[in-house]
Amino acid sequence: MVDPKIHIDKVSYAYGDTWVLRNVTLGIAANSVTVLFGPAGGGKTSLLRLINRLNDLVEGTQMKGRILLDGQDIYGSDTHVPQLRQRVGMVFALPLPLPGTIRENVLYGLKLAGIRDRSRLDESLERSLTQAALWEEVKDRLDDPSTALSGGQQQRLCIARSLALEPDVLLLDEPTSGLDPISTRKVEDSLFALKQHYSIIIVPHNIQQAARIADQAAFFLMGELVESAPRKELFTRPRDKRTEDYVTGRFG
Amino acid sequence: MSRYRVQRLGFALLGLAALAVVVPMIVVIGIIVVEGMSAISWEFITAMPFDGMKQGGIFPALVGTLLLMLGTALVAIPIGVGGTIYLAEYARDTWVSRCIRLAIVNLAGIPSIVYGLFGLGMFVLFFKMGTSILAGALTLAIMTLPVIISTAEEALRAVPTEFRTVSASLGGTRWQGIRYIILPQALPGIITGVILGLLRAAGETAPILFTVAAFFLPRLPQSPFDQTMALPYHLYVISTQVTGMPLNIQHGTALVLLALVLSMNLAATVIRSYFRRRRQW
Repeated sequence: MVDPKIHIDKVSYAYGDTWVLRNVTLGIAANSVTVLFGPAGGGKTSLLRLINRLNDLVEGTQMKGRILLDGQDIYGSDTHVPQLRQRVGMVFALPLPLPGTIRENVLYGLKLAGIRDRSRLDESLERSLTQAALWEEVKDRLDDPSTALSGGQQQRLCIARSLALEPDVLLLDEPTSGLDPISTRKVEDSLFALKQHYSIIIVPHNIQQAARIADQAAFFLMGELVESAPRKELFTRPRDKRTEDYVTGRFG
Repeated sequence: MSRYRVQRLGFALLGLAALAVVVPMIVVIGIIVVEGMSAISWEFITAMPFDGMKQGGIFPALVGTLLLMLGTALVAIPIGVGGTIYLAEYARDTWVSRCIRLAIVNLAGIPSIVYGLFGLGMFVLFFKMGTSILAGALTLAIMTLPVIISTAEEALRAVPTEFRTVSASLGGTRWQGIRYIILPQALPGIITGVILGLLRAAGETAPILFTVAAFFLPRLPQSPFDQTMALPYHLYVISTQVTGMPLNIQHGTALVLLALVLSMNLAATVIRSYFRRRRQW
């Protein structure tokens, strides 16, 4: 892989004295879906939250190693953290709409960035809701409270909210864990369409989802990156015995 | 006795205990309304007292109390709300922040007469403000701060952490998250705290005793450096210091003070329940 979008370089990470990531090195390609999967407690979510420095909000942690985005160390002293988070969007496991209307939710990030231009906001609103496959369902009620939406719609709203900022990278932490199969399908379909424009890193909520949507897959076990490979290779001819045992359902 | 009977007896006792809370309130309000109603008139509210306060109205005392509340609000709201935002949203758990919290708890437990003496020493004498609305409002503001801070902090902490995380994940600074999400959500709770604090300021006598309150001053205050009459102190004066004071004027004055306090209390309740219905989490 030449010039990965994100280069995770020997990263270790601990909450207090408990190391949840150990010496992880991984390249993330641009314009593709990279899946981080494995049993709970593997450090996948922690890694995800390191890529947009959301773990800065947690006290009492320590980190070793570097994470490079387009060759720049995001933990370098010249990093502007809010700007980094505009470039690296995040969708959480539970739909977390903010108080306010559908429109306000989608445009919140732009408001934070100080963008007031009416036509630009309207354009972003429609584009991001369309990309998140939600536009048709909400275009007539953009000023309804976001909580009036179903769980699946709320999660697509959260995706749209991240997309409104036109990030380079989209991080998704089990984005469909609370959704029914139809909503899950819609979210997966929109991810598939989105990867042309974005680099997507996702923690799937089960191994089947990993196998459905991954271009690249990385298997994490107890804080260790066991192996990473293109989907086909990893799910059919895993090199490591532990990966094989997990993907064939021998443990999990 | 069967378990069922024990339970019935238990609930009956608990019910009585609950009732015991309500009865005094009804009796107090009832007596004041019945005895004081005859004194209430437009003139009573808007006229100056005369004839040794045995005639006329309570206008300067009412205005004085409102002015003191305004002054208290101007000082206590920015300091109280600002300090709370710092404590709840920014301060890490260090010995400094723990000292601040300890100070607030202690401030809440200080008897009001001590505030009054402190205000006398600090504002009236040391800062040479004299007995004035300024000195009184500052004294009342210090007394009000713990009420505002503890209620407002509770309101801020009640806003889900996830909102802060989401706001940060969309490129928001900590202040933007507070400004756009946390404060609007916590506002009803903060307003409630502010009103409760001001209520306390409105009703207290001891803190204003040496700092601002005038025994008899049949004119309105001319500036913040002027003394003023105030309802609670006026009530104390006409109840204990003036002989031959008609009873209905005493009760009438108490009724006005009570109405002021209860209506603000009601406002706080209405604001809270209105926003609670609109809350989306």
